[in-house]
Amino acid sequence: MFEIFGIPSQALFGQLLLGLINGSFYALLSLGLAVIFGMLNVINFTHGAQYMMGAFAAYLLLQHAGIGYWPALVIAPLLIGATGVVIERLFLRRLRKLDPLYGLMLTFGLALVIEGLFRNVYGSSGLPYQVPESLEGGRNLGFMFLPNYRAWVIVLSLAVCLATWYGIERTRLGSYLRAATENPVLVRAFGINVPRMVTLTYGFGVALAALAGVMAAPIYNVSPQMGSDLIIVVFAVVVIGGMGSIMGAIVTGFALGVVEGLTKVFFPEASNTVIFVIMAIVLLVRPAGLFGRTG
Amino acid sequence: MKFAATLAFAVAALFGTATAQAQDNVVKIGVLTDMSSLYADIGGPGSVAAAKLAVEDFNPAAHGMKVEVVSADHQNKPDIGASIARQWFDVDHVDVIVDVPTSSVALAVSEVAREKNKAFLVSGAASSDLTGPKCSPNTIHWTYDTWMLANGTGKAVVKTGGDTWFFLTSDYAFGHALERDTAAVVKANGGKVLGHALHPINTSDFSSFLLQAQASKAKIIGLANAGGDTINAIKQGAEFGITKGGQHFAGLLVFISDVNALGLNTAQGLVLTSTWYWDMTDANRAFTKRWQVSLPGKFPTMVQAGVYSSVIHYLKAVAALKSAEDGRAVVAKMKEIPTDDPLFGKGVVRADGRKIHNAYLFEVKKPEESKYPGDDFKLRATIPADEAFRPLKDGGCPLVGG
Repeated sequence: MFEIFGIPSQALFGQLLLGLINGSFYALLSLGLAVIFGMLNVINFTHGAQYMMGAFAAYLLLQHAGIGYWPALVIAPLLIGATGVVIERLFLRRLRKLDPLYGLMLTFGLALVIEGLFRNVYGSSGLPYQVPESLEGGRNLGFMFLPNYRAWVIVLSLAVCLATWYGIERTRLGSYLRAATENPVLVRAFGINVPRMVTLTYGFGVALAALAGVMAAPIYNVSPQMGSDLIIVVFAVVVIGGMGSIMGAIVTGFALGVVEGLTKVFFPEASNTVIFVIMAIVLLVRPAGLFGRTG
Repeated sequence: MKFAATLAFAVAALFGTATAQAQDNVVKIGVLTDMSSLYADIGGPGSVAAAKLAVEDFNPAAHGMKVEVVSADHQNKPDIGASIARQWFDVDHVDVIVDVPTSSVALAVSEVAREKNKAFLVSGAASSDLTGPKCSPNTIHWTYDTWMLANGTGKAVVKTGGDTWFFLTSDYAFGHALERDTAAVVKANGGKVLGHALHPINTSDFSSFLLQAQASKAKIIGLANAGGDTINAIKQGAEFGITKGGQHFAGLLVFISDVNALGLNTAQGLVLTSTWYWDMTDANRAFTKRWQVSLPGKFPTMVQAGVYSSVIHYLKAVAALKSAEDGRAVVAKMKEIPTDDPLFGKGVVRADGRKIHNAYLFEVKKPEESKYPGDDFKLRATIPADEAFRPLKDGGCPLVGG
């Protein structure tokens, strides 16, 4: 095997793949954020907490109802998405006409309340959740051992990301959504129920976070602070990709996962700062983000 | 003239309240701990409950004393911990601070306690520097430390054939101390350290680091980290087939709460060192039952048991001196009288502030061996008190006269 910068190519390919896997979580979470910001103009700081709720929902469904991973993959996002609908109806709707900062404060406060409640009930050290039996084990790719579950994560996340992109950018429903963000009054005049569409969009964004949570449950520690560990990175991803850009969120999510993975090989100590360094540079050079529209 | 008189009056008034407070004979215990983050299950509310049980068992009324327990959240930040300590000592008349997980916070609070001449009983923090170069006449390190963990787990693992190591180390004071102490033990016992990877605290994905560990071909992957980091590393290690490939984890600091978070299925076979386990003696089980009244469904960690034990001994010393005012004197008294309590048995506090007791090497049970909730460990070896901790002369503590 040949070497690249003193690192065996074998290790390097492995890290690239791992970066892609982590990137798929970033992509899925930043996608939800981008959808919500694009349609509602709300910076949803509750996203991390909703991701955590997705993972807890998977655990609780298994513990109390005997419902396994596969059904949970559908049920948990629906349940948590429904709580999102309630939050939109009760709180966010009232902030529609105010500065986006109010939405940020509200969702940040909600995140703290939700995390506090979960910590009170379940403690801080976390809960066990196993990899589903049909995805146990893994295969040897020659350059690394790839667990089946991780392969599944990357496939599912890519599929969901592309489907969402297609839905918003290429379908009739998506065009209504985009039109409603541009000029809600005119779209209403065409007989489309814009408030309901906004509510459902928020619910959908939240459901995406919950889906990522269920996918994370078997590999990351299911604990109340699991979302807050991740959310700051995901916000950086959204900023780099360009606030509100769907494709930007997806591509940046995967790309930054890879960059972070490579940093872990060459200089592990910097692995949790590299994304923020990139963010600072992007903000200096292209303030609207890599895929954002200026003006 | 008038100004001077007013000033004198004010000073007198201040003095007056201070002495009045001193004579009210209330001993105030401050539990300073992590109430809301990753170590909240290791210390946290469980430490407060343990301190209250200790007060109850000591029975202050029988000694003509009044004891109060207060608590606060230091959020694992040294500046916040130090400022709470100052406020407690200066304004709220707290006499002793107990627990304080997170080494960096404990080191900061230790300085404040020395400056204000109050007592400080560490249970939650790990760094062996607290009784080494940074030792203080006002501080006692009660439950465990990095040297003892390294010595217990490190030695046992090398002796059973795990002679090549790769460390996954948490990149801050505690992780560095733990890796340093363990690497020394591994080498002293004829083992070899093949490499290490430093990871940031609160890392959620360990797969890159695990891959590096796998490539090193070391027999043992030493986890010089704690809490969620240890849990994530072990959970993902199982996923990446680390244990199936013949490599083993050595969790250098693993608490019962971590084992429950992993589930026995994933944690089985893990070797760990602890100074206390709830299911070892009748006295421990009885304590656990009473403790669970406040924290149903959970099991006390050695840190929480250590809080109980240290508070009992502290109150004994205060009763003997009939005053808690002079922290240094109380700590000196605690070193003078031998310790004896239901949870840690008989022991002593050394001149450098190190509390000495047995340590135990445990192995996590297989799921089928566990008969009831919390039935997690089986005893592999007992490390006698005089071997469990760093010898007095090796610590470099200035309090130990040469």
